[in-house]
Parts: sequence; structure tokens; C-alpha cells
Amino acid sequence: MSMVAPFLTPTALRSDAAMLLPLCSTVRAGFPSPADDFLHKHIDIGAELVRHPHATFLLRVAGRSMEAFGIFDGDLVVVDKAITARHGHIVIAVMDGEFTCKQLYTKAGKTKLLAGNPEFEALGFQEGQTMEVWGVVTSCIKQFPI
Amino acid sequence: MFALVDGNNFYCSCERVFQPYLQNRPLIVLSNNDGCAIARSDEAKALGIRMGAPYFQIKHLEKTANLATRSANFTLYGDMSNRMMGVAAQMGPEQEIYSIDECFIGLHGLPTNSLTERAWHTHRQIAQWTGIPNCIGIGPTKTLAKLANHIAKSADRQIKPYPAILAKVCNFAELNDRQTSYLFQKIAVSEVWGIGRRIARQLQAEGILSIWDFMQLSAATVRQRWSVVLESTWRELHGTPCRQLEANPEPRQQIAYTRSFGHPTTALPDLESAITTFATRAADKLRKQHSQASQVLVFAKSSPFATNTAPHSRTVVQGLSEPSNNTVALVAAALAALRKLYQPGIRYSKAGVMLLDLCNVPPWGQAGKSQRALDEQAGGDALDLGLLNSHDAALVHGAETEQLSLDFSPLAAQQAHSQQQAKAQRLMTALDAITHRFGHDTVVLASQLDGKRGWQMRQEQRSPHYTTCLGDVPVVRV
Repeated sequence: MSMVAPFLTPTALRSDAAMLLPLCSTVRAGFPSPADDFLHKHIDIGAELVRHPHATFLLRVAGRSMEAFGIFDGDLVVVDKAITARHGHIVIAVMDGEFTCKQLYTKAGKTKLLAGNPEFEALGFQEGQTMEVWGVVTSCIKQFPI
Repeated sequence: MFALVDGNNFYCSCERVFQPYLQNRPLIVLSNNDGCAIARSDEAKALGIRMGAPYFQIKHLEKTANLATRSANFTLYGDMSNRMMGVAAQMGPEQEIYSIDECFIGLHGLPTNSLTERAWHTHRQIAQWTGIPNCIGIGPTKTLAKLANHIAKSADRQIKPYPAILAKVCNFAELNDRQTSYLFQKIAVSEVWGIGRRIARQLQAEGILSIWDFMQLSAATVRQRWSVVLESTWRELHGTPCRQLEANPEPRQQIAYTRSFGHPTTALPDLESAITTFATRAADKLRKQHSQASQVLVFAKSSPFATNTAPHSRTVVQGLSEPSNNTVALVAAALAALRKLYQPGIRYSKAGVMLLDLCNVPPWGQAGKSQRALDEQAGGDALDLGLLNSHDAALVHGAETEQLSLDFSPLAAQQAHSQQQAKAQRLMTALDAITHRFGHDTVVLASQLDGKRGWQMRQEQRSPHYTTCLGDVPVVRV
């Protein structure tokens, strides 16, 4: 007959394995907590930030042109592709094959991408240039060193 | 009515979502190990690059034709597939995910005259939400939906004779008789879902070239000369549904994990490391589908492209004393097989592990049940325990296949065996929990760490895991 290695004896892991069991519910003796009827689920940060999970992506910002909107170098932006961009939205646009993040301006038949920093100029478009809105920025996540 | 939703050149499209500069440029994605082209953009197809073309034969196009090349990034493709499937699911009440880039949608209960519009909505939504270009075919049977998708895709690529008006979305039910017979006469029978290369060749030998030709045969002829399966394809082409959506696909009958090595190796420890990894992954898949394997096949071969030596390939099948889904047992069997086939001096370039002779276990697991029985019956007499165990085993494996050599052994040995099984089961539960949380290779068997890791996949041009790893998200310069 073929060989089968003897199973290792998982003595050390046994306690760990027990810890992995899900806690189903607690059984309490005595009076029920008066708060039980008022329990709500936790606040889910993910659900607050992500309206369309299938269409939401994270991008990392590099550069200073959007600081007036609170978007700084190194921040993460949450981008929702399901939202159709309108005038005033902060968008991720594709220009000449590269991503950029700007405020969309569409007024009086003109389309521009506005920077959020006076040191940077707005981007207009010349003939033959292509600009496509990739998604709409819905929030910006800034994490501090801890 | 059924729809078939399909992402265009899916892997290439996934790459382009996060690397927009790859738009409008010939692009290919290479197989694991950068061996050959497994996906081609339309521009790459126009360069004449075939599916499966070896990389070294087309590499020169990077310089001469601006060809872009990426290594396969299945982490990215899997995540993008989930997103696309999630959006596509909105199209109808039922969905069968058929492959990484295609799904069938059951459309029953929806007003028939709204289906084309519904398909256009889904088509646009997938394109906007995920960035994946796609085509949708609709038909009264799965086979016709698949054919309609083929028409939509071919028309989108402006291939003759497909009419441009059917590009992107094609609803077979809205075509009139003249239009359908035109298409049936123009499309080769080999394009039909379920007609493989072998049958297509047999049909062609009989002068049956187009779908139209095939449909002129009688159902009886198709059944008698070929098979019942081909007859159902024939009926589906005639509009009679024979194939239903499969929401829960059958568990696979064999599980394979094979890879070409990044660099050839002659060293046994390298092969042991590779085989341990492959068997570990295969065991993982096996437990996911709640199956056990009775046999482990291992093969290893030298490169078919090596010019100075004759190609070498050997396969060994190793039986297990009882069906198992335990990584430790399966790896041990795979390594035993490897040691039988290994020959010093061979430059191995590819190896694989297949788990064979699979049977299903109920999700609660056999060993756990035995353990419970043991706990309840601690100190019980030998006969009872023996009966209970073999009864369990018969339930699980079907009476004819199992080889429980320990059934008639003394109680102590049996008890030890069951306890060992229960422990092994708990170990696997813990291992699966760790893998689920921290990913593959967090905890590995020692033999995986043997040798040099030269066998590991070559993926020199893989893009980042844009959507699944925080350190890999796309960077936007502002």
C-alpha cells in the first residue's frame, strides 16, 4: 500500500484553533440589559465611504495641485465610477493617457479642469487632445503617522 | 430567454483600466511564467499575433510595432471579474458565472420587448462602472445567446460579414427569418458553443460547413451519427431550450495545479519545494469544494524547447490508504510520487500535481463526526465503535471504494486513528482560516522551503495588484 505520513500532532495549535471558533451569542443569567432593545449595528466606515462597491476604487495622490480642496500629497482618494460627473465635481480624468485629479468645470459650452492651488493653471483642451472622466472623487482619506 | 454577457479581451481590458496609456496600442497578456500570449487586444490581433503564440516568437514586435506586454495578473483579473459579474447580475433574476469573463443571465419573467434595451443598459453600466468593454447576446436558448454574443463581438470588431447594426448588443429574438438564415449560412459551424474542434472536423468532412448546413440534418441523424449531446445543441439552435442555467456548478472531478518553472532545475529539493506548493494549493481547492482525493498524480518534465537534449517526461500516480483532503497527507503522497519519478541530471522545467478519484464529504467533515462519536462513547465497547466508524465511512465514501484497513484492528488503534483524523481536521480548519485571513503561504510545510526558489513563476512584467492591495493602488499625479 502507498505511504501516508503520520499526521503531525497539532498540540500547540489546538488552543489557537479553538480561538478561531466564532462566538455565536452570549448566554446571560440574571436581568437582561436595558440597552438590549436599543442596540444597533456598528457604524461601518466602508459602507459610508463606498456607495457602489462594484464601481469604487482607491487611488493614491501625488502632488500639490489640489490642496485647496483638502487633497494633499500622499492622501488616498475614493473614486466612484458609477457617478456621472457634473460641473463642480472633483474628478479623476484621463488626459493623454495619464490620470489626473482636478475639479470639473463645464459651463457655457466650455470644459476645463481646475486646479485647487493658485500655483497651478487650469487645464483647457486643444484640438486633438482627448480628455475622459474616469471617475468621481467622493472622499479623501488622510492617515496620520501613529 | 437567456443573455450571455462577455468582457472583450478581458485580461487586456483589465490592464487598460488602470494604465490608460495602453489604450489603442497593441497589448498582450502572457501566461503564467511569461510563456505565451493568452489575451490579445484588437490591435494585437491585427498584428497577426495568434492565441497561445510563444512570447519569444513575438517579442520583436515590442520594438517594431509598439507592442506592450504584461505578465498575467490573476489577482487583478479576479477582482475585476467579480465587479463585472456583480453589475451584470442586475440584468435578470438568475446568473450563471460561466468563466472569468462570461456569464449567462436568465431573463424569464421580464417583458420580452424590453430585453434589448435592458441589455444596452447593462452593457453601458458595465463599461462605466468597471471600465470593461463588453458585448451581450440574447437568445431563446443558451446556445443561441452564445451565438448572438459571438455576432455582437464580431460585428463590434467590424469583421465581415457581420452587420455593424448588431455590434455590442445582439438580440437573436428580434431578427427576422431572412436575417437569421443569412447569419446561419455565413457563420461556420465551428463557432457554435458545444461544437469542438474534433466534431467540427468530422462535420466538415461530411460537407457540413455552416450552421445552416448543420441545421438541415435531422435530429435523429445527429443523435445516431454523433451523440445526444450534439442533438441537444442542434435543438438549441432550432430554439428549443435543452440547457438550463447552472447556479451551483458540479464539484470538479479532478483538481490540477501545474506550473512551468521560472528557471529549469536539476535539484530534487527544488522540485520538492515546487511539488509541496502545488499539492498544498490543490488540497486547498479540494477542501473548498468539500471533496476528498484517493489518488495523487505527479508529473515533471524537461523543456520541450530545449534543443540539445531529448524531452523527458514522467508521471507517477500515488494511491492513498484512504481518501483524504489533508494537506499533510496529500503532500506526503505527492512527494513520494516525486521521489519515484525523479532522475538526477534532468533539467526539469515544468511539474504538476493532480488530485484524482474525488469523492464528496459532507461539509461537517468525517473526522469531526468520528471525534464526536468517540467523545460520546468514551470507554464504550469495541464492537459498537467499530460499527459506527465503518458506517460513517460507508456514508461518506460509498461502500465500494474505501479501504479502511484499520476497521478490524484492535480498539486502541482505531481510537488513535479517529483521534488523529479529528486532530488533522482541526489543523486543516485552522490552516484554512489562516489562509483566508492572511493569504497563501502564511503557514507552509517545511518541504516547501527546501531548495532554491528558482522554480517560482517568472512574471517580469506584472502590473500591481491595483484593486486588492493598499500599497499597490494606482497613483494619480495632481
